Amino acid sequence: MRVKKFFSQIYMALIFIFMYAPIVTLMVLSFNENKGRRWSGFSLKWYGELFQSDMILSALGNTLLIAFISATAATVLGVLACVGINSLKGKARNAYLALNNIPMLNSELVTGLAMMLAFIAFGISFGYATIIVAHITFCVPYVVLSVMPKLRQTDKSVYEAAVDLGAKPVYAFFKVVLPELMPGIVSGYLLAFTMSLDDFIITHFTKGAGINTLSTLIYSEVRKGIKPSMNALSTILFVSVLILLCAGTYGPGRKKKTEKREKVK
Amino acid sequence: MNKKKLLAGPYLLWMVAFTVIPLIMIAVYGFTDRTGAFTWENVTAMIRPEHMKALWLSLKLAFLCTAVCLFLAYPLALILKAKGVKKGSFVVMVFILPMWMNFLLRTYAWLNLLDDGGILCTLLEKLGLARFSIIGTNTAIVLGMVYNFLPFMVLPLYNVISKIDENVINAARDLGANGFQVFRRIILPLSFPGIVSGITMVFVPSMTTFAISDLLGARKIMLIGNIIEQEFSTAANWNLGSGLSLVLMVFILISMAALSHYDKNGEGTSF
Repeated sequence: MRVKKFFSQIYMALIFIFMYAPIVTLMVLSFNENKGRRWSGFSLKWYGELFQSDMILSALGNTLLIAFISATAATVLGVLACVGINSLKGKARNAYLALNNIPMLNSELVTGLAMMLAFIAFGISFGYATIIVAHITFCVPYVVLSVMPKLRQTDKSVYEAAVDLGAKPVYAFFKVVLPELMPGIVSGYLLAFTMSLDDFIITHFTKGAGINTLSTLIYSEVRKGIKPSMNALSTILFVSVLILLCAGTYGPGRKKKTEKREKVK
Repeated sequence: MNKKKLLAGPYLLWMVAFTVIPLIMIAVYGFTDRTGAFTWENVTAMIRPEHMKALWLSLKLAFLCTAVCLFLAYPLALILKAKGVKKGSFVVMVFILPMWMNFLLRTYAWLNLLDDGGILCTLLEKLGLARFSIIGTNTAIVLGMVYNFLPFMVLPLYNVISKIDENVINAARDLGANGFQVFRRIILPLSFPGIVSGITMVFVPSMTTFAISDLLGARKIMLIGNIIEQEFSTAANWNLGSGLSLVLMVFILISMAALSHYDKNGEGTSF
């Protein structure tokens, strides 16, 4: 048993190393004085340069703004859709779920191209709006998939009891159903936000000239070599998310929440 | 009660407007030439040798990547189950968190590790091992794919496996099944929906990637994704690009439909 435990620890460690080797590399290189990969001394100059690079900062702003708008819109659309779909039965329900699967099965390449062609065909000019529309489209299915199982688990009679006691359906929904869906909604939102943030292919096809997100900026820079200030930015982003995550997991108030959730289960 | 159905309305409109209609547009472009006349040429262009070669290579690499992901992810999911549900945070930590560092940048970072004169290579050289560089080879591309798509295999697998009732496993053991039998007769069949959804979520993006092959293939290796992307960006032959993507799409949809036959309840697709 102990041998087994030992091997499973090693296995987890190896996967961890595999996932984090490039990240650590980037972090280390962001402190490198030299532009290349050869270490020539510790320096913070790329961090200084980062805050003077309008190109990178505006790409960061675009990326965050697009992710925020798309994830929010996708969550609203997705939660509404879940409630609607859940009240359907049989063929209609399956048709919706099949529709939901299209963007997931249809590789990003085809989705991105298809949207680009449609925007052109209908004379819509490329810009922020086209990127956001595209991002909402590929984010909604993730929200639906996160919220749907939670909705199926909720007890219908609680909602019915609330309505019997005189609550208006909308009020009953916000007071009774929504709190139970919250974990699914939060994870759907975060997933959508992360997907939008990390997307390259769909943005590549639906962006207008002159607008860059971090992904497309990096892609265009690959040929001439990526500036180390980009590594610096990624390091800052990554570390701040890590701190937020740790605060969420180990910070105060967390324990109560998990206890509550366990009870619900 | 019936009013509830209407809530799905905006979603339906949205999905029709931005997924169904665009797909129709791909078909329209794919079956017409520059002048707008009907033609089969763009679709049948897939059988040209250079396209067939790229398609075959993509298929081979995607298959390899999916297999590697499955073999890496399955033991991990079992280990995580054995450690208890609380380790779910490990999954988030290891597989979702890296996504906050841009995927192109992370893929590009492998160049620093693997390239000739890169960190890993220098290390191996100093240890007296052979000098090597795998950048620009199929191996590098598969590694990049596995690195990027492994989370999409782990998440559904872990999701399904962690839900397997411990009592079922204990019952099998009580009835005299050994470890292998428990795995073969209990765990494997019950985890099938997760396997199916994991395979789908890894195979599709690795079959159609062009960014990973661009970065790690040193622009020498052409996958079908690269060919289609170039038809749109540099060659500017949208009709041919549409025709090829149409064939690719149908090809993927057919193989995935065959696969999803085994996951009827869609159990594996939830997060």
